[in-house]
Amino acid sequence: MKAVCWWGKGEVRVVDVPDPKIINPHDAIVRVTLTAICGSDLHLYDGYVPTMMRGDILGHEFMGEVMEVGSEVKNLKVGDRVIVPFPISCGRCWYCKSGLWALCDNTNPNAWMNEALMGYATAGIYGYSHLYGGYAGGQAQYVRVPFADVNPMKIPAGLPDEKVLFLTDIFPTGYMAAEACEIQPGDVVAVWGAGPVGLFAIRSAWLLGAERVIAIDRFRERLRLAQSDGRTEILDYAETDDVFDQLKDITGGRGPDRCIDAVGMEAHGTFVDAVMDRMKQAMKLQFDRAHALRQVLHCCRKGGTVSIPGVYAGFIDKIPFGTAFGKGLTLKMGQTHVHNYTRPLLERIERGDIDPSFLITHRVTLEEAPEMYQTFRDKQDDCIKVVMKP
Amino acid sequence: MSELASDNAQKNVSEPERWISVIGGSALAAYGLKMRSIPGLVLSAVGGALVWRGATGHCNVYESLGISTAEEGERNVSVPYGRGVRVEKSVTINASPEQVYSFWRNFENLPRFMHNLESVEVRDSKRSHWTAKGPAGSSVDWEAEIINEVPNELIGWRSVDGSQVDNAGSVHFTPASGGRGTEVRVILRYDPPAGTLGAKISKILGEDPAMNVQEDLRRLKMLLETGEIATTEGQSTGRK
Repeated sequence: MKAVCWWGKGEVRVVDVPDPKIINPHDAIVRVTLTAICGSDLHLYDGYVPTMMRGDILGHEFMGEVMEVGSEVKNLKVGDRVIVPFPISCGRCWYCKSGLWALCDNTNPNAWMNEALMGYATAGIYGYSHLYGGYAGGQAQYVRVPFADVNPMKIPAGLPDEKVLFLTDIFPTGYMAAEACEIQPGDVVAVWGAGPVGLFAIRSAWLLGAERVIAIDRFRERLRLAQSDGRTEILDYAETDDVFDQLKDITGGRGPDRCIDAVGMEAHGTFVDAVMDRMKQAMKLQFDRAHALRQVLHCCRKGGTVSIPGVYAGFIDKIPFGTAFGKGLTLKMGQTHVHNYTRPLLERIERGDIDPSFLITHRVTLEEAPEMYQTFRDKQDDCIKVVMKP
Repeated sequence: MSELASDNAQKNVSEPERWISVIGGSALAAYGLKMRSIPGLVLSAVGGALVWRGATGHCNVYESLGISTAEEGERNVSVPYGRGVRVEKSVTINASPEQVYSFWRNFENLPRFMHNLESVEVRDSKRSHWTAKGPAGSSVDWEAEIINEVPNELIGWRSVDGSQVDNAGSVHFTPASGGRGTEVRVILRYDPPAGTLGAKISKILGEDPAMNVQEDLRRLKMLLETGEIATTEGQSTGRK
């Protein structure tokens, strides 16, 4: 089969690889009908996530048709149409049973590696480095799905792939970030980064009752899309001297009540700290650039909530922790417990509350993956979201 | 005088046994350290202990069990503070103590999660025969007996006299708080190969004995909670 493989920093290739087969009794094999490149794939592409190996199959946003099931999978049958959440969860450990699916104890074959870094190991993730298990990903014609009895969700006929694909990651990720804000009536929500996760966080903040939502970015096409709902306000940070002052001004001096960092470890930025971060990251003195996070902590109102769906992988300098402490902020973060959201969000899609396909800008074949990674990374061609048909 | 006295007090291994210990122990220690599992650890530990007891005429395993094969020497029932290595690791498994205990107590299940353990044949209610994979297709085996057992709480074992290898350990099953299953704690005790030499061997081979035990316990947890052990071996890859 054809698969998109990581080939080194800044290089992906479409390679002929052996078809996947059932290895464990709870496995299934899915024929991929639609897959996407995630913003977090760019962290792998740019070489910021350690333990990637040449030849690793990428991709953690995918859906398709069940082709084969292992002996212990009783609730799926060949031909079922499914979406597959990006964290691989066992469904049986204390974490899964507590709804903390992305922290599953039992699905990371390289748990010791993950433990060495974080103290405790988290769930395996498709195509997301050996730290997260080294599982072959879904940017391929076929994929092996472990614990297929608990992970995939069946999709009813009649809903096109493009409307449901993002239930695998970015829609639940944006939604969980907004939900973590515990939005109260009258709340102003500010969202840093109007990429796919930021856009879903914005739409979700509205669904959860925000009074005002402000999108902060510098890419016009993203801000335009954020604004296209007719009510989201935008703030172009390239055109303002000070995001903090401006946010303060437009919120009557209070500051935003809930702040969402949908940027993560590869923040752009024009201030001194952002330039320093870039140098240190280049020299391997630190893994992550954290300009956005610093600004979020500074801008959030006293007693507010900072929610972080943006991915961080290593160490960051100069986090104004005293600011966070002094203002009594609540910090929420982590990989998304996708499984908690797939069904309720599918219902919202069926009801017509939201059509997640609104952010797709590029529809291509798997063969075009190498140039699409570059286009997406360099924000060329107004690229916001790429989906690929194998 | 007091040093000499303590030397005599610790000599509890007979002369022929001391020589066998030195020769067999060195090879075993080096090989066992290469395995990342409880049996591997046992081999290296035992190998190290054999060298130690051969060189010193003292066996901590015998000592902790209150045994002496030396003609002279006092019985000493505890390992002195600061002597010997104790490995202790634990894991919490989302199952009842009864379930985990009965799985472990059926020793024939152990090779399913202990790496490099080929088989365990149960002889009778106390005795079992263990076979581990040895270097270059060979195998190493020993006879073990249960020396202490409280159903659903603990199992203590040691290898029987005259075994090819010699070891002792225990596993404890305790209910975790808040209905979170069972805390499984494994304790293995051994002397390292004569002090700094042992440390050097461990360093050269780059192995962490505690990690071997941890990885076996993780596989046990996966097996009991999910019925399978997570793996990517045999999956598709772009590597040739």
